[in-house]
Amino acid sequence: MSITLTERAATHVQNYLTKRGKGVGLRFGVRTTGCSGMAYKLEFVDAPAPEDQAFESFGVKVFVDPKSLAYIDGTELDFVREGLNEGFKFNNPNEKDKCGCGESFNV
Amino acid sequence: MALLQIAEPGESTAPHQHRLAVGIDLGTTNSLVATVKSGAAEVLPSQPDDPDGSRLTPSVVRYFADGHVEVGAKPKAEQAEDPANTIVSVKRFMGRGMADVARYGALPYKFIDAPGMVKIETAAGVKSPVDVSADILRVLRQQAESALAGPLVGAVITVPAYFDDAQRQATKDAARLAGLNVLRLLNEPTAAAIAYGLDNRSEGVFAVYDLGGGTFDISILKLTRGVFEVLATNGDSALGGDDFDQAIASHWRKQHGLASADQRDLRRLLMAARAVKERLTDEAEVSTSIALSYGQTLNVRLTREEFHSMTALLVNRTLLPVKKALRDSKLAVEDISGVVMVGGATRMLHVQSAVRAFFGKPLLNNVDPDRVVALGAAIQANVLAGNKSGEDMLLLDVIPLSLGLETMGGLAEKVIPRNATIPTARAQEFTTYKDGQTAMSMHVVQGERELVKDCRSLGRFTLRGIPPMAAGAARIRVTFQVDADGLVSVSAQELGSGVSAQIDVKPSYGLTDAEIATMLQAGFAHASADAQARVLAEAQTDAMRLIEAVDAALVADAALLDDAEKQAIADARAALLAVVNGDDASRIKLAAEALSRSTDSFAAKRMDRSVSQALKGRAMSELN
Repeated sequence: MSITLTERAATHVQNYLTKRGKGVGLRFGVRTTGCSGMAYKLEFVDAPAPEDQAFESFGVKVFVDPKSLAYIDGTELDFVREGLNEGFKFNNPNEKDKCGCGESFNV
Repeated sequence: MALLQIAEPGESTAPHQHRLAVGIDLGTTNSLVATVKSGAAEVLPSQPDDPDGSRLTPSVVRYFADGHVEVGAKPKAEQAEDPANTIVSVKRFMGRGMADVARYGALPYKFIDAPGMVKIETAAGVKSPVDVSADILRVLRQQAESALAGPLVGAVITVPAYFDDAQRQATKDAARLAGLNVLRLLNEPTAAAIAYGLDNRSEGVFAVYDLGGGTFDISILKLTRGVFEVLATNGDSALGGDDFDQAIASHWRKQHGLASADQRDLRRLLMAARAVKERLTDEAEVSTSIALSYGQTLNVRLTREEFHSMTALLVNRTLLPVKKALRDSKLAVEDISGVVMVGGATRMLHVQSAVRAFFGKPLLNNVDPDRVVALGAAIQANVLAGNKSGEDMLLLDVIPLSLGLETMGGLAEKVIPRNATIPTARAQEFTTYKDGQTAMSMHVVQGERELVKDCRSLGRFTLRGIPPMAAGAARIRVTFQVDADGLVSVSAQELGSGVSAQIDVKPSYGLTDAEIATMLQAGFAHASADAQARVLAEAQTDAMRLIEAVDAALVADAALLDDAEKQAIADARAALLAVVNGDDASRIKLAAEALSRSTDSFAAKRMDRSVSQALKGRAMSELN
């Protein structure tokens, strides 16, 4: 059971947290919405929930609720630049099918 | 796949519903576009090969004969090659007429006088300042859409606090031409305050000192429980960093006898002056050489002291509007808890020390002064696009000049006073002047003076279909509405019949910020003369109304009077007519009172008769 960040992703999360001035880490999860079944969710965490599982990569904590973990176990989060756009990208081994834009997916 | 950004806890948007919104600082010298990503505002890259990494897009547009258009760093670098077709600082021409543009001195453009706003003849055809601004905005939109990988929901565009209705409307038109949905126009100083997160601070009053490329603005913002209110704005629309460049360039021209330099050389001198000015912030002395046409080379040297003393007057000119804004907000220097510095020109050391000395407070200048406005606009755009709950930031703005209507006698009746917070709507009732009047012409004016001829005309419309009534019986409610962008609409309704008319004020483009400033000053300077003029005009209007009433009564009921009474009224009427067009309000009032007294018994007789007519032939029982 694990969720990992690439070093680049961790650096960016850390930068955002510093700029934001508060927060203990990153929440990564899924929601059952979207055009292809489920959607990823990426949020700052101010207070983790008791049921959350915590993972740590390069000093950055990633919190995942147990329900989500089933769908995203083994995912690696990367931070990439595509042209002028930049943001987080997932490599989820559980993903079988996703919508054209990749914001939502199916397992 | 789409790249994700981090959201605030509990605020993840549904997939495909994250709404891309940007803040755009459409500047005189440089423009930039910013957005909120992962909870922080950041300026978007201006182009993939952003030459100096500054992320600024120079507000420079070059038009070519084949119709293609270049915007940004390239035309800026090449501006000396084709000055007539390379439009710089177009913001200065927004909503301006020919006379205003002439004030900027030698400009290399072929201006065409067009109704409302000048146009510029270029190799690609005739362009209005709105077209040129739209070309800049279009490039910014494309940059944003490629950086965010999606179409924009909308943009917040900043404008100087001093922009009047015409200039705001011109900015909105430009955005629409560029295919942008304008979420809101936001005053630049207000955007800067948001960028500094002053809304998260304790309460206080802040001054925003914005010395940009071509405009100077000072705003006094009051913060109460996270809510901004703009207490006062002031400024000078013809003062900015460009003037410091001009000062250096004209110093060199005098020094080296280049009185008749051609346009290209003028541009080269200005570009060199700007570079030297920027270097003098870090260096005490700068030497450079400028290649002029015909192979001539100019070697120049400037020390920081020389630069500071030759531009000290320009720095001092900024302090006058600061004092006026403080006075308008009824505050003393000690009441200001902090000063936000905005605009690249505030990097100049003597500007900083003058402002610090004036306010006696440390300056807020740790956010890049070139970016701070765009960052604040991005934060506001993020709220307005619905990516964040908007309740935590309610922004109040003010109108710069009072709005009102012309009333009889050429008086301006103020309906919304200056510095009223917007959006706002206010109504006032007016009435008819003559018996049987069925139409009323509404003349919407803006300004601080008492007489309409000293104010600015915004527009006219006519309310028709008023049922014929005695003078003063009609009740006409006039409602002024100013939306969050500062745009005005006026409606009039006769309350008895419900007939109504309305106008969206798209004023004739043309009032400059400098004129607003002048009008404000004139309002103060002429306060007592204006008050006298108002008293006189009111006395004249009342007198004429009285004469008309007496004439109407004489036509109807002259039979009730004997000759002596008729003569007395005629004498008093003649006496009033003799003085009514004079300039002595008290004599007019006295004569009007005399006429009114001479008709007292006439009025009583008319009253008696109409009562007896009403009662004639009716039984007492019917009257109960």
